[in-house]
Amino acid sequence: MTEDDLDRNRRHFLTVATLATGAIGAGMVAIPFISSLKPSARAQALGAPVEVPLDSLQPGEMIRVLWRGRLVFVLRRTEKMLATLSGVVGELADPDSEVVEQQPDYAANETRSVKAEYLIVEGSCTHLGCAPLEDFEVRPAEDWGGGFFCPCHGSKFDLAGRVYKGVPAPTNLRVPPHRYVRDDLILIGQDTGAA
Amino acid sequence: MSRIEAEVGKPQGGFMKWIDDRFPFTKTMEHHVTKYYASKNFNWWFVFGVLAFVVLILQLVTGIFLTMNYKPAAAEAFASVEYIMRDVEWGWLIRYMHSTGASFFFIVVYLHMFRAMLYGSYKKPRELIWLIGMMIFLVLMAEGFAGYLLPWGQMSYWGAQVIISLFGAIPVVGDALVEIIRGDYSISDITLNRFFALHVIVLPLALIGLVFVHIVALHEVGSNNPDGIDIKKHKGPDGIPLDGVPFHPHHTSKDLVGIIVFLMIFCGVVFFAPDMGGLFLEHANFEPANMTATPEHIAPVWYYTPYYAILRAVPDKLWGFILFVLAVALPIFLPWLDRCRVKSIRYRGWMYKTALSIFVVTFIALGWLGLQAATPTYVMLARFFSVLYFAFFLLMPFYTAMDKTKPVPDRVVYHD
Repeated sequence: MTEDDLDRNRRHFLTVATLATGAIGAGMVAIPFISSLKPSARAQALGAPVEVPLDSLQPGEMIRVLWRGRLVFVLRRTEKMLATLSGVVGELADPDSEVVEQQPDYAANETRSVKAEYLIVEGSCTHLGCAPLEDFEVRPAEDWGGGFFCPCHGSKFDLAGRVYKGVPAPTNLRVPPHRYVRDDLILIGQDTGAA
Repeated sequence: MSRIEAEVGKPQGGFMKWIDDRFPFTKTMEHHVTKYYASKNFNWWFVFGVLAFVVLILQLVTGIFLTMNYKPAAAEAFASVEYIMRDVEWGWLIRYMHSTGASFFFIVVYLHMFRAMLYGSYKKPRELIWLIGMMIFLVLMAEGFAGYLLPWGQMSYWGAQVIISLFGAIPVVGDALVEIIRGDYSISDITLNRFFALHVIVLPLALIGLVFVHIVALHEVGSNNPDGIDIKKHKGPDGIPLDGVPFHPHHTSKDLVGIIVFLMIFCGVVFFAPDMGGLFLEHANFEPANMTATPEHIAPVWYYTPYYAILRAVPDKLWGFILFVLAVALPIFLPWLDRCRVKSIRYRGWMYKTALSIFVVTFIALGWLGLQAATPTYVMLARFFSVLYFAFFLLMPFYTAMDKTKPVPDRVVYHD
């Protein structure tokens, strides 16, 4: 066969077709490998909702629970604590919980909770995931209205987990999906049914 | 091979010829070692490439021995490291060699990179060597990061938390990406297991492969020298560069002195200050990982702190991430940012010398700031130095083009 006999169009088509088939095949083979990196069935099962009893929680007290390995703060707010919420609004980045991913609809209110008394937020700073420290004492002299302070990079949150302006954290602390099974028992991680 | 030998039917060249007919052994040795001609005026800045290679071997060997006793599971990892430290014969030595080796790897690599900036080693025709080198640096950063999670201490856990969360700043795909990196909804046993795989297989393989092509590329174009001139321009009648001496035995014997000095310092740290006052092994990491409490003061290991200080200086999550990535990636572009034709700092003007000096101070200052708590004063300082850091790179095309240079000699020069 000489150069002149070559059907170049045909050869080009075959080259492209072979490459395309190979590329599609490689892409398909990549799926199981990448999928294997996602949370496994066991990880998903271990990420099941957790029950948290509220009966022993005193006003002003906070407990830490783990849901899916993530820290969740459950704070029983006093009347005094709740009263601070409206006072700091001007200093907050998102006082009205407008960033929808940060809380379920039923917590997109002034107190960011189903019941005003109980604040349930993930204890994970929305900046880089450090666990914020609680500091509920109001100290006007230090310009501190009470809330949470992240030791890593200095982000500040109020007593509803709302982020202050001018700190590295971009959004409010996330409210995990949760519901009240009874008045004194919540289920974190599940909110199907009535909130 | 003489004719007489052939006539009497002796083997032609013996064992080595038998090998060389089947594998390019002698050819390879000559090309890379015995007939690789490097400039005869190397100074001590040129020892760090070899030292990096020595540390790589050290890390591979100590790492292999550590895997024989380490358990990559959240429930057992911390205890297995303590087991290595207390119950395994000489386990403490092997582990301290490995942990100290990590810090020394970065010391040596940073100095190696600085050498390139002093003598313009990244310039034409060595751009590819620089690019491959930067890839080595990035893989090394990932390797150090993955390795730091393995002891499963408080700093392991929260350091990983912070750095993995960084990827969450990427719009749209961020959260899904973070979940794929962790393999779970939080950093867990699963994350530890896969970081182990990355640390002992994926990244070391990549590292070895990259180091191999780094050296192949270097030996293709030849080593730079403190005068930044091309020694191949002046060759003797035998075709050997007049200013070159073979790598072996000349440079190998000189490098051996460097290796001995290096090992003396290295052993001093391993034996007398393996945690380097919290710099090489952070104190919080002597506590097992606790998911419910971040350590009061959290800082990465010293070799990441210049970039971490930049990240922290930015009061915005996404921009912090972007500037952090840029800070790490910008040196990649040095061969094109630097518009000066003269390679060596010996013949460059005051502008580059000043810029490079400021850069050194900036890098060290950022490194120190990254270790401190984020007080308002320090954050302001970090912002100031971050601006200087980026200015060094982004203004480089201008000041290197304007800079006055001195005449470059034709042959290498000796300075007393």
